Amino acid sequence: MAKQILSPLPGTFYRKPAPDKPPYKQEGDSIAVGDVIGLVEVMKSFHEVKADMAGKIAKFVVDNEDAVMAGQPLADID
Amino acid sequence: MAISKLLIANRGEIAVRIIRAARELGIRTVQVHSVADAASLAVQMADEAVDIGPPGAAKSYLNFEAILDAARATGADAVHPGYGFLAENANFADVVEEAGLIFVGPTGDAIRTMGDKAAARSAAMEAGVPVVPGSDDCIEDPAETERIARRIGFPLMIKAAAGGGGRGIRIAHDMAEFEHLMPQAQSEAQAAFGDGRLYIEKVIEKARHIEVQVLGDGKRAVHCFERECSLQRRRQKVWEEAPSVAVTAAVRKRLSASAVGLAEAVGYRGAGTVEFLYDDESGDFYFIEMNTRIQVEHPVTEMITGLDLVREMIRIAGGEPLRVRQDDIAMRGHAIEVRINAEDPARSFMPFPGTVQALRSPGGPGTRFDTMLYQGYEVPPFYDSLLGKLIVWDEDRDAALERLERALAELEIEGLKTTTPLHQLLARDPEVRKGEFHTRWLEPWLERNASRLNS
Repeated sequence: MAKQILSPLPGTFYRKPAPDKPPYKQEGDSIAVGDVIGLVEVMKSFHEVKADMAGKIAKFVVDNEDAVMAGQPLADID
Repeated sequence: MAISKLLIANRGEIAVRIIRAARELGIRTVQVHSVADAASLAVQMADEAVDIGPPGAAKSYLNFEAILDAARATGADAVHPGYGFLAENANFADVVEEAGLIFVGPTGDAIRTMGDKAAARSAAMEAGVPVVPGSDDCIEDPAETERIARRIGFPLMIKAAAGGGGRGIRIAHDMAEFEHLMPQAQSEAQAAFGDGRLYIEKVIEKARHIEVQVLGDGKRAVHCFERECSLQRRRQKVWEEAPSVAVTAAVRKRLSASAVGLAEAVGYRGAGTVEFLYDDESGDFYFIEMNTRIQVEHPVTEMITGLDLVREMIRIAGGEPLRVRQDDIAMRGHAIEVRINAEDPARSFMPFPGTVQALRSPGGPGTRFDTMLYQGYEVPPFYDSLLGKLIVWDEDRDAALERLERALAELEIEGLKTTTPLHQLLARDPEVRKGEFHTRWLEPWLERNASRLNS
């Protein structure tokens, strides 16, 4: 079964630290445990989403600025 | 032109508050909402509701076109912006009026003047309102700078002209430190903002946050006394009172006159608030800014004056002159408001959206609960964490504090973590009981009382 990184919180998902900054990670990037892959904004406060596994990001399954639920997959990991 | 149909360009408890005022005036209401707010109390209460887009505020509550389209489609003749979102967006106020609609608030130009720090400061000085002592312009010449620093006195803040939100600020406690920090601050400002201009301002230590409510009709303005909002966390107010425990009758007179003077000087229309820092040791107060909208904490003023501020601002927007003279406005008793937020005080006030499994609202004498909650309501994660405001009034402050404790004990919101436990502790705190606090009082208190908030 494919491995996935899940959103820890409900809110809005961002792939970049700020609108004018590059994304934390691109598809195809290798990640280590603890790497930040995005932000979730919940009630106007921002929380980092950290990888809880090592591997390679195969695909982001939600877009930048999409609404997400807690536990919803954000990225597929190879 | 009297308003016949009012569009509410906001959400949450303030949307509910505006609908109530409109209904009492016989005005029909249109509630615009994002997809995430389709089941909100405001949508249920309004005469009509229009979906204006996705959850993200940028695509819904901040979307000029979607809001104006909704107004056209429903035949609304006025727009109430509430607070936050577009309430202090001068361009939105202009666009609403250009579309032939009434904006319930001041003119775009008044919003623009008060929204610009430098312009607001000069408007205040011209109206004879005291401002925080500082260099009136940016500073350049070192000798001149030293002279200004001595005049202002220490400690003082060195601020980057292009900075903001607390960035680019340094504090100097004496002349030696000042001379040491100036070149650093200048190169840092140049590097961070591409603009090395600096200005300096006195640090007001242990200041209280005092604000004066005003109402204006474009020609004449009146004040409705002051509120004190010194209990703040991360510059966000958590507890507000009217009147202030620290303001004497003589200071109240000067503060109120200043606020009315500024409102009349800019031809202010609608409800507004002039904010001051107040040093209760010296009795000096200094203008900080003017908020050109209804504020979250307006109910404490309504409780002590008996006025309905939201109703008054709608009447003024409809073209009526102010219905009250200054002499008609009296204050009686004491009111306290606490903000009930969906935040967990035991976990650093982490936001806590979720579903309201059960709700028991406080009631009884002198008790008001302004909220958008109902049983089964799912609090969306996309907007701020304010769930409601518990407001109590009683004959004096001690009695109001007792009433607050009683009302807090009645409030039960199951399914969410809220700031209710924080307010229960604050209401019993000896310093809060004596009214001995300032704007930097709450944060160290939270650190000292962390274990009590965890239980």
